[in-house]
Amino acid sequence: MLLKKLISFEHWKSWLWSFVRFILILGLAFVILYPILQKVSTAIKHKSDLYSPIVVWIPQTFSLDNFTQVIQIMDYWETLFNTFTLSSVTTILTAFSCALAGYGFARLKFKGSKILFAGVILTILVPPTTILIPMYMNLKDFTLLGIIPLLTGKSVNLLNSYWPFILTSITANSLKAGLYIFIFNQFFRGVPKEVEEAAYIDGAGIGKTYWSIMLPNASPAIITVVLFSFVWQWNDSFYTTTYLTSSKVIATQLSSLPYNLSMNLQDGVASKADPFYQSMVQDTGILLAILPLIIIYLFVQRYFVESIERTGIVG
Amino acid sequence: MINKMMKLKKRRTYAQQKEIMGFLYVLPWLLGFIFFFLVPLITSLRYSFSSIETNAEGLSLSFIGLQNYIEAILVNTSFNRILTESVIDMIINVPLIVIFSLFLAVLLNQKFIGRSIARAVFFLPVILASGVILTLESTSLIQAVNEQNAGSTGMLNAFSSFELQMIMLEAGVDESIVNYLTGAVDRIYEIVSMSGVQILIFLAGIQTISPQLYEASKIEGATGYESFWKITFPMVSPLILVNVVYTVIDSFSRNALTDLIRETGFTKFNFGLSSAMAWIYFICIAIILAISTYFISKRVFYYE
Repeated sequence: MLLKKLISFEHWKSWLWSFVRFILILGLAFVILYPILQKVSTAIKHKSDLYSPIVVWIPQTFSLDNFTQVIQIMDYWETLFNTFTLSSVTTILTAFSCALAGYGFARLKFKGSKILFAGVILTILVPPTTILIPMYMNLKDFTLLGIIPLLTGKSVNLLNSYWPFILTSITANSLKAGLYIFIFNQFFRGVPKEVEEAAYIDGAGIGKTYWSIMLPNASPAIITVVLFSFVWQWNDSFYTTTYLTSSKVIATQLSSLPYNLSMNLQDGVASKADPFYQSMVQDTGILLAILPLIIIYLFVQRYFVESIERTGIVG
Repeated sequence: MINKMMKLKKRRTYAQQKEIMGFLYVLPWLLGFIFFFLVPLITSLRYSFSSIETNAEGLSLSFIGLQNYIEAILVNTSFNRILTESVIDMIINVPLIVIFSLFLAVLLNQKFIGRSIARAVFFLPVILASGVILTLESTSLIQAVNEQNAGSTGMLNAFSSFELQMIMLEAGVDESIVNYLTGAVDRIYEIVSMSGVQILIFLAGIQTISPQLYEASKIEGATGYESFWKITFPMVSPLILVNVVYTVIDSFSRNALTDLIRETGFTKFNFGLSSAMAWIYFICIAIILAISTYFISKRVFYYE
């Protein structure tokens, strides 16, 4: 009798906890999803539904007008292609160079490598705004230590090209690259020393050990870095709007979207545009910009936790 | 001759080879570090101490000492205010985000139906809340109007924390604490959207804790509450430091100060003032990080 009561009390407690947990998670998930749902609902509305008092979430007349408008104004397909290329190229180069540096710092210690690693930490901690202006000036008159003026007679302007991104990613100094080096460093430090020694005894040099043993086994770290680097590059507006002012990538197109909208929606007379309608098309634009990411995310989200867990950041 | 060279090559030990290769592997980063980080950093420091004029040959710098710093702090109308605001924001937000993400990580680690869906939703902010999307979202008229409407019709009134505030005040909780907590409830979206990566890190940390510890504690009769404070919390405590640092550096990309610095530099072309502002900001961040690292690392528990 007593035992039964105890069991039922425990049972009751765990049931209550699941209920509270369910409510909490549902509520917070709603908070996260709310803006997205709102955008979806706004995007599929027709213009006439905007002022209709009975329409809150589900539109009265469905229409894809907003989408056609935005696709045309943003030059969506070209923009998408450009952004995709830019993000993939920087991601691959960054992962490659950061893995190299991470391995060098973790396993191939040389005189002064500790001091240089402090430099990596410094790149993480210094706000990018601090070095933005000199970087800008540097890229505007890019001389590469005076080599380029020697060959062509004058410096080159690297702004508005992909070169700033390529150069910084080859040299592992792109957006948040310090963090990626740190991740790789932590991972390679966790690999047992015996693996390296065994490879050496079997006749593999350092380069061969790295390429055929270390790198293939580093897939958790590589996945983590690739995922984050791709997403952050895609969303980055800080560097992208500074280096690329007229190229068509998502970040620049989104930040100039409000202006383009007001010019386009009302035959070039900005003051005539209805701000409410403009906001509606703008929301559709944001939705279209993040849609590819969400689709990719649906397929790769399970790797997020799994790979972070195995990179050893936490160990 | 060849024999001698062979011998020389042989004499280079494995350890020496490693040193050379290590330097080679780090070299690409080192070049980038020097050209794309160190040189700009020093240049920006130089800019901050000089007045800059543009002429036909480019920029001409003349040293003016601390004048830019003085102008930033004493003369500029908005820098002072925005700097204090963002620093205070950071101090308020960081503990909230860390506690919230630890709590959620513990929740998401438990077994329940639909866990994978819940996890997918909670990591969504990692990919969504950044950069332009965030800025544009805050200017979205439709959203603002909808929120107004929702507030007045009572649909989302559950979010307003007035009742909660009254209950807590009645119960005799200190007023500043009440304001802090209810403020957090009101800014729940901001906090949730800023804690994606932190949840991820904590969750990964919790999953590396060996299950034997929990089993043993359960046999000894520990409740879930006790096992959280005696096992989970000490085991993830090193990650608290990681998350504090991450939260601080993550806020670089999304505050008003960054915008102000950029605007001063690129639309008003006052490079000196802009660099001075950036340096003051960096020094503030460095102080905050140093203090928090000092205090947290004193209490952190390392398993080894």
